[in-house]
Amino acid sequence: MATQQTQLLARSLLTPAVALLFIWMIVPLAMTIYFSTLHYNLLDAGSETFVGLENFRYFLTDPAFLASLKNTLVLVGSVLAITILLGVPVALLLDQPVVGLNIVRLMVIAPFFVMPTVSALIWKNLLMHPVSGLFAWLSRLVGAEPIDWFNDAPLVAIILIVSWQWLPFATLILLTALQSLDEEQKEAAEMDGARALSTFIYITLPHLARPITVVILIETIFLLTVFAEIFVTTGGGPGLQTTNIAFLIYSQALVQFDVGNASAGGLVAVVIANIVAFFLVRIVGRNLEG
Amino acid sequence: MARMVTNRRVVVSTTAAWCFGFLIFFPILWMILTSFKTELDAFATPPSFLFFHWTTENYATVQERSDYFHHAINSIIIAGGSTLIAMLIAVPAAWSMAFAPTKRTKDILLWMLSTKMMPPVGVLVPIYLIYRDFGLLDSRAGLVFILCLGNLPIVIWMLFTYFKEIPKDILEAARMDGATVGRELIYVLAPMAVPGLASTMLLNFILAWNEAFWTLNLSTLQAAPLTVFIASYSSPEGLFWAKLSAASTLAIAPILVLGWFSQRQLVRGLTFGAVK
Repeated sequence: MATQQTQLLARSLLTPAVALLFIWMIVPLAMTIYFSTLHYNLLDAGSETFVGLENFRYFLTDPAFLASLKNTLVLVGSVLAITILLGVPVALLLDQPVVGLNIVRLMVIAPFFVMPTVSALIWKNLLMHPVSGLFAWLSRLVGAEPIDWFNDAPLVAIILIVSWQWLPFATLILLTALQSLDEEQKEAAEMDGARALSTFIYITLPHLARPITVVILIETIFLLTVFAEIFVTTGGGPGLQTTNIAFLIYSQALVQFDVGNASAGGLVAVVIANIVAFFLVRIVGRNLEG
Repeated sequence: MARMVTNRRVVVSTTAAWCFGFLIFFPILWMILTSFKTELDAFATPPSFLFFHWTTENYATVQERSDYFHHAINSIIIAGGSTLIAMLIAVPAAWSMAFAPTKRTKDILLWMLSTKMMPPVGVLVPIYLIYRDFGLLDSRAGLVFILCLGNLPIVIWMLFTYFKEIPKDILEAARMDGATVGRELIYVLAPMAVPGLASTMLLNFILAWNEAFWTLNLSTLQAAPLTVFIASYSSPEGLFWAKLSAASTLAIAPILVLGWFSQRQLVRGLTFGAVK
C-alpha cells in the first residue's frame, strides 16, 4: 500500500527531469533534421525550398568536409595518444611515496580548471609567439630556429594546447584507479621475485585497461567538439588547416548563414559522436549491474 | 639496507614528481607572473622571471577599460543559476531512481547519459534560431537555461551515485517509526546527502563557469561571461600581454580554488561511476 504510494511519488519526481531532457533532445534534433532537407539561407530568408538529401550530398562531397574530418581525427587521435602515454607514467609517479604530494597533485590537475579561452590565448601569445614567446627564447637558447607555431604547424599547436588541458583528466582517473589496486597483490608479486617491470606488465597494466578505455571514450566525446581553442586562436585557418567538424559547422551556420548545409553537417557530427557513445554507454551500463 | 633503498626511492620519486608538476603548472605560473609586469617587460627577450618591475596597474586597467566585474557577475549568475536550477530538477529525479528503482531505472539512466553525448554543434542551428525568435540571444536567462540542460545528465548521475551509497536500512527504520516521505526526506536523507549535494554543485558550477561553446555562440556583450570576455582579447588587443594575463588570472583564480576542493568529485562526475 505504502509502496504503491511511494511508486507514484517516485514517478512524479522523475517526470520533470525526463520530460525536460526529452524535449531538449528531441525538439532541436527534429528541427535539425527538418532544416537539413531545406535550401535555407538566413541572408535569403523566406525562400526556403525542399531539396531532399541535396545538402548531405553537398556537405559530404565538399572538400572542406574531408579536410575537417581529417583534422578532427588527427586532433582526437593525437591528444588521446599524448594524454594516455604521458598520463600513465605521471599517474604511476604520483602513486609513489612523494613528499608534498598534495601540492604536486594540485599543480598537475590545475590546467583542467582553466577555461578554454584562457589556455588557448596564453599558449598562443606568451608561450608560442614566434618572436617574444618563451618557446622562441628557449629554442634560440639551444641554437635552434624558433618555430612559428601558428603559421607553420597550426594543428600541432592546437594539439599541444588541448593535450595540456586534458592530461590532468587522464592522470587523475588513472591515479584513482591505481589507488584502488590491491597493494597485497603487488607485494606478493615482489615477494615471488617479480621485477618492477614484470609487476607493471602483468599486474598494473591489466588493472589499468578499463580506466584507460573509459578515458579514451570520454575524452573522445569532448575532443570531437573542441571549439573555443580554435575559435580564439586560428579561426580555423590558415586555409582549412585547423578547421575541425565542429568549427566547420559553426562557420557554415553563423558565418555563412547556410542553415540547410550546417544542419546536414550537424547530423553527420551527431552520427559520429553516437558511434563513440554507443561503446561508452555499454561500458557504463555493465558497471551499473555490479 | 632496505631502509636506505626506500629513502633513495622517496628522494627520486619526489624530485621527479615535483619537476613534472612544475612543468605542467608552468604556463599558469608564467601567466600570473606576466600579469604583474609592465607591457614592455612582458615582451622582453630574454624574458625576466622574477627580477622585473612588479606592478599591479594591469589589474586596474582591465577593470577600467573593459568592465571586468560586469562579466564576472555574468559568470557568477550564469554558472550559479544553471547549477541551482539543475539541482532543483535533479535531486527529486535522482532520489526517486536511487530509492524507488523500477526495472526501467537503468535504461532511463543510460538514456540520460546518452543525451550528454550529443555534440552541441549538432543542435547549434535550431537553438540559435529559437533564441533569435524568442529574443534570448545575449541574455543571461538564455545561457542559464541551456547550460542547465547541458549539465543536467551529469548532475543527475552524480547525485544518483551519492544517493545509492546511503544505506536503505536507515530509511526503513524511519518508515517503521511512522515517518512520512516528507519527514524522511528532511530529517533522515538530507543530512546524509549534504556532502554529495555540495560536491555535485561544486563540479557543476566549475563546468558551467568554463563552458565555452554556447557562451561564445549565444552571447556577445550584455550577457557575456568571462569566457567570452577573454575571447575578446584574441583581437589585436591581445597584443597587450600583461593585460591579457591579468584578465585571465582574474578569470580562473576562483575556479582554481574551488577545483582544489573538487578533485575527487571530478572523477566521479565525469566518468559516470565507471571508475571508482
